[in-house]
Amino acid sequence: MKLTQGLRMAFMSVLSNKLRTVLSMLGILIGVATVIALVAMGRASSNEVAEQVSALGSPNSLQINITGRGTVTTLSVEEATELGDVANVAGVAPITSTNAYAKYGKTQVSVTVEGITPSYEAVKDFPVQDGRYLAAPDLTGNTKAALIGVDTAADLFEEEGEDPLAAVGKKITINGYNFTIVGLLESQGSSLAGSNDEKILIPITTAQKIFQIGGVSTINLMVEDIDLMDATVAGAEAVLYEKFRGNENAYRVFNQEEAMETLSSVNETMNRQLIYVAIISLIVGGIGIMNIMLVSVTERTREIGIRKSLGAKKRDILFQFLVEAVCISGLGGAFGIGLGYAASFIIGAVMQSETEVPGNTVLLAFAFSALVGVVFGYLPANKAASLRPVDALRHD
Amino acid sequence: MSEYKAVPLIEMTGVSKSYWMAREKTTVLHQVSLRVAQGEFLAIVGPSGSGKSTLMNMIGCLDTPSEGSYKLEGAEVAGQSDNKLTELRNKKIGFIFQGYHLLPRLTALENCELPLIYRGLSGKERRRRAMEALERVGLGERMSHRPSELSGGQQQRVAIARALATNPPLLLADEPTGALDSKTGMEVLGMMEELNRAGQTIVLITHDMEVAQRAGRTVVIRDGVLSEQERRGGDEADARAQDGVHERVVQQA
Repeated sequence: MKLTQGLRMAFMSVLSNKLRTVLSMLGILIGVATVIALVAMGRASSNEVAEQVSALGSPNSLQINITGRGTVTTLSVEEATELGDVANVAGVAPITSTNAYAKYGKTQVSVTVEGITPSYEAVKDFPVQDGRYLAAPDLTGNTKAALIGVDTAADLFEEEGEDPLAAVGKKITINGYNFTIVGLLESQGSSLAGSNDEKILIPITTAQKIFQIGGVSTINLMVEDIDLMDATVAGAEAVLYEKFRGNENAYRVFNQEEAMETLSSVNETMNRQLIYVAIISLIVGGIGIMNIMLVSVTERTREIGIRKSLGAKKRDILFQFLVEAVCISGLGGAFGIGLGYAASFIIGAVMQSETEVPGNTVLLAFAFSALVGVVFGYLPANKAASLRPVDALRHD
Repeated sequence: MSEYKAVPLIEMTGVSKSYWMAREKTTVLHQVSLRVAQGEFLAIVGPSGSGKSTLMNMIGCLDTPSEGSYKLEGAEVAGQSDNKLTELRNKKIGFIFQGYHLLPRLTALENCELPLIYRGLSGKERRRRAMEALERVGLGERMSHRPSELSGGQQQRVAIARALATNPPLLLADEPTGALDSKTGMEVLGMMEELNRAGQTIVLITHDMEVAQRAGRTVVIRDGVLSEQERRGGDEADARAQDGVHERVVQQA
């Protein structure tokens, strides 16, 4: 028998019994749709995580937090700058961070005030959109110049009926000290650590003086080669270990990539478990097909007998039933892909997240559903093919 | 040429068939020997339980003998593999069953095409042969009807057309009139006689003596033992049948 003829025969048989076909493909259909919808949802949540993590800073940045435990509790700006000597470090930005009250006219807001050095701009990739940045003379002269984040600018100036975008040149007070705004920062959006736009940046020397703090609270490092991140982390840790006399609790090195990995591994674990559930449902769907095919073989015993007596070989019958099973599961898979797309679209709209259906998942789901057809179709097909024509013809 | 014709279509010698049922050996056929020459019309008559269905299965290559030898057109059937038997059925035998055994979802034409599909013929050739066979049984007008839209007699004629479509050396009919009223039954038998006159070898299995009368030769099977009836001179009959073949060949040439 010719291959195309066999395919046509099986296809017609599948089409001629629509209810049976639809019922038996249902399991596969739902399974494939579940896989696709779940993967799309997983993609949406990992996209979200990636977005949030990247808002913490660019992936080539390293953050060191000084927690201040142990005998040596602080690290001076000069000591922090020494971290720039560690191999592969392109820039160091030590920061002191304090909460303070900023006031303009009658409006007062609580805001994070960070004392910075000029390298902050490059290391944190956080430029100004208007005015100038803080420069070396601001540090040496302890000037009372400030950069303001867009949200804080809005909070301060909108209340007073002024345009927050025209913040440069305005005079504000921070904890009673007069400051002149020399630059308006670009908007950075919010991250896991909160809004990046609700802050005021002042020279680190000025901050140490007016808030009476000795050391730095955070040091941001920029790494030259992202592949050598681990070595750089080790180098920085070695320096810090020395500075803090072996007290590892006094500092914490926070790696952008590591944070990303941690968050996405949580995400991935969840996704993987969801996909296991979906695969189980595909297997259950396959068992459904096997059941229907077994019933179909019994129901069509006489047909098989007739075909065999007319010259259908064992492999012809095997092929016919196998193709029927694959047809059913393949059709189920195709409809499941359609349903999965629709579901992911609806989920995306309802949850207001960007769902994404990766092409290889679609292919994989379809291939798997066809495979389920072959695996679970084989037993019934083999049963049909092994029938003896004499017995099959006598069957009623 | 004459040597080729001397080969009988069916040559069974000492064929036995036994089954194991509940650890007991039941012998259904006892040392059956049968020769059918090309162009003959043979009836095998027997009551139910006589073993005639088993004999038919054997002749139709649906089953193989436990003992003895069965040669179809000179080729040994006993001990052949399933695939080989299937091929023999497809090439050498046209079946006509009591229950018609048409596939209900296929049209008359598609039913007739079925054995040709398994032979691996092209679509065009299949269609031509199937149409030819249907026209031969007078159903040229009802090719696209499903079996459920046809009367019993018409269904049996479709079954005959299906058997003829492969152009087999042997037409094997199992109670072809069993499910028909006597008038349509006679029509079907008439058609078979006509086919035989055109040179088709036919083996007919029935329990009805009256039906068997229409055949050129009758053998009786009882309790698994075969015996000739109304022996019209045994070998002489064979010789006559062979002469018939000879005449036909001459006519064709």
